[in-house]
Amino acid sequence: MFRNNYDNDSVTFSPQGRIFQVEYAQEAVKQGSVVVGIVSKTHAVLAALKRNAEELSSYQQKIIPIDAHYGLALAGLASDARVLSNFMKQQSLASRLTYDRPIALADITARIGDRAQTNTQQYGKRPYGVGLLIAGVDARGPHLFEFQPSGVTQEMVACGIGARSQMARTYLERHLESFESSSRDELIKHALRAVKESLSQDKELTLDNTSLAVSGVDEPFKLYEGEEVVNFLETTFERREEGDEGQAAGEGMEVDS
Amino acid sequence: MASISSFAMPSEAPTYSFAAAQSASGQPRQHGFYPYTDNGGSTLGISGDSFTILAGDTRSTSGYNINTRYAPKLFKLGGSGPNHEGSKIVLSVVGFAADGNALQERLDTIVKMYKYQHGKDISVHACAQRLSHILYNKRFFPYYVHAILGGIDEEGKGALYSYDPVGSYEREQCRAAGAAASLIMPFLDNQVNLKNQYDPNSGPGLEKVQRVPKPLDRTTVEEIVRDAFTSAVERHIEVGDGLQMMIITKDGIEEVYTPLKQD
Amino acid sequence: MNHFPEAWGRPRDDIYGSYNPQFLPNSHAQQSGHPTTHTQSPIVTGTSVIAVKYKDGVVIAADNLASYGSLARFTDVHRLKPFNKKAVVGFGGDVSDMQYLDRLLNSLDVKENYSHGHDDAESDKALMSAKNLHTYLSKVMYKRRSDFNPLWNALLVCGLSEDGTPFLASVDLLGTTFSAPTLATGFGAHLAQPILRRVVPDEAASKALDKEAAVAAVKECMKVLFYRDARSMNEYSIAVVDKSGVDLKQKEKLEGQSWAFAEQIKGYGTQTV
Repeated sequence: MFRNNYDNDSVTFSPQGRIFQVEYAQEAVKQGSVVVGIVSKTHAVLAALKRNAEELSSYQQKIIPIDAHYGLALAGLASDARVLSNFMKQQSLASRLTYDRPIALADITARIGDRAQTNTQQYGKRPYGVGLLIAGVDARGPHLFEFQPSGVTQEMVACGIGARSQMARTYLERHLESFESSSRDELIKHALRAVKESLSQDKELTLDNTSLAVSGVDEPFKLYEGEEVVNFLETTFERREEGDEGQAAGEGMEVDS
Repeated sequence: MASISSFAMPSEAPTYSFAAAQSASGQPRQHGFYPYTDNGGSTLGISGDSFTILAGDTRSTSGYNINTRYAPKLFKLGGSGPNHEGSKIVLSVVGFAADGNALQERLDTIVKMYKYQHGKDISVHACAQRLSHILYNKRFFPYYVHAILGGIDEEGKGALYSYDPVGSYEREQCRAAGAAASLIMPFLDNQVNLKNQYDPNSGPGLEKVQRVPKPLDRTTVEEIVRDAFTSAVERHIEVGDGLQMMIITKDGIEEVYTPLKQD
Repeated sequence: MNHFPEAWGRPRDDIYGSYNPQFLPNSHAQQSGHPTTHTQSPIVTGTSVIAVKYKDGVVIAADNLASYGSLARFTDVHRLKPFNKKAVVGFGGDVSDMQYLDRLLNSLDVKENYSHGHDDAESDKALMSAKNLHTYLSKVMYKRRSDFNPLWNALLVCGLSEDGTPFLASVDLLGTTFSAPTLATGFGAHLAQPILRRVVPDEAASKALDKEAAVAAVKECMKVLFYRDARSMNEYSIAVVDKSGVDLKQKEKLEGQSWAFAEQIKGYGTQTV
């Protein structure tokens, strides 16, 4: 059962130079349902697939608005994400209080990156088992950042993480060129379609399982759920019926290598 | 007396801990640091059946100087972003402006965290009690302000709470605070609570019957507020320049600014 | 009964022995064995700072004198401190506290540049604005007054806010803040502010004012302050902040003085009317 002797804590390297606990934490991200983020020159969009643990339960929260100008989408351990988002909320309020300015997305991402890194270097700590997409608009325009349990953060044009997200990424890579100049509506469509790509065949995007968040220059971060996403779903997937090429290509791909 | 510390204690008298520190400087001290000042101005609040109005002048003073003609004393609490969109609670503070701002920021942060943690807006009732606790917690170094909190309660009625600087509070129909409180409050007693107004048809002396106050409509209240301030401006030098009014209804907050005399 | 309030509530040495300061936490004891003492009054001081907003920026001025009581002690002290091309802070009050704040602002500037890097137009937008700086300084000042350890200054912070509009606001040792189209600290609040308000009565007037008129008004005020403020001098610093950056001159001399009015003054000193 045990892979080896070097995965009991997150402070010991394996002879190959790997820290297994961190890698396992990254596996936790892949257990979470898919989330997608895209930025254009004017907007940043997050889209997520929500799961319910059982028929009787409610759906999980995948997108958390943090401040008026940004929010995050999570894949992995929701409770770890909550710890991080609470920290981010506090830092964001602190920035508004001490400087009267919205915190820069690069700053807040770096701060949680630093926090996550200390968990990989102190004995008795455990890495965060969650991946985040942090999207919003600050003084320097729209941004999307990816955060990983290892503490690695990077700015992205488009990104998908979570279960079966490879298909979403393939979709995003295929349309990469068009994102920068996309309008708000086009960007939303791309995000929803990317999420749709990752769905297993028997699943559909519905008003219950879809979360969408949009922020733009002069448009505060807003989360759309339930009835509010119906419109977006209708306009996005009406066209889908006509030309659904590309779906077959995605189907055969391996999940989360 | 120049300074007590310059006196050396008689040698036979008992000494006390830190006594040396008291007389160390020897020479009389010029200043002590007093951490408060009064920035003047006045506020008032009146609650109606389905609304609450808070108002305050916008002058800020230091002694006889006017710091600025526009320094708002009314603050929206909660809501989203720097403009507090969707906010339904207003705090007014008058007294020491720096404390007022600090208090406002603390309560605003609390209201925002409440929304973040509970996923719903805080009730005025809960917010009012929280404000009381904030003030009381600093009772040994108080926020030197008179606060008035306004909003709509859970039944949709206008709610108004007034505070002393150390957190004692009460829900009221109307309240004036600040420099011209002593000028405005009696006027409010008479016009809102109909104090000293008797039914003309009732008998003389002890048979006189007080008129019964009932909730006023919005236009009447706005007129009372304007009259209260234009009068206060005439009689108090620290009041003037502008009148900021916030009208809180179930639909949100309407903000109105009208100029007052600048003299 | 001891009538000195200092003694009230304190243990008597003849009963309890003198207080052993070893038990005081370090922050309260230092070497002396006595409780921490804080500034009770300013020592070397600068006088007024004055500033006006005009249609596309702000003009600010302060003279170069640092006084030691009534002694004109240092005559080349620059009390206008620029901050990252968008803001200038003018300091009145204690000069050593000004120097502390200047160091604080320098380290803040370094921190900001470290995190926001690059020197291009896009990064300029993310630079800390005068408004951000004012908010920060007001928190510093309020914190220090709340610790009963005030920074004995009155500051004017001017420059541009995030959206590029002119910004002017003040903070003092109590943490009191306010903003207006014209501001003046210290003696300037009595002498210069009325003159400036005549030129710029309100926000609308400041939006109509051009740079030359604003500079002229400020220079005129510096002259009046020199006439009447005994803690002032005739050499001063003046800065203009607009979207092209900070233009700071630190060796300006008052021009066109006329002391003719002095002869008219009667009623002081040994004069017999």
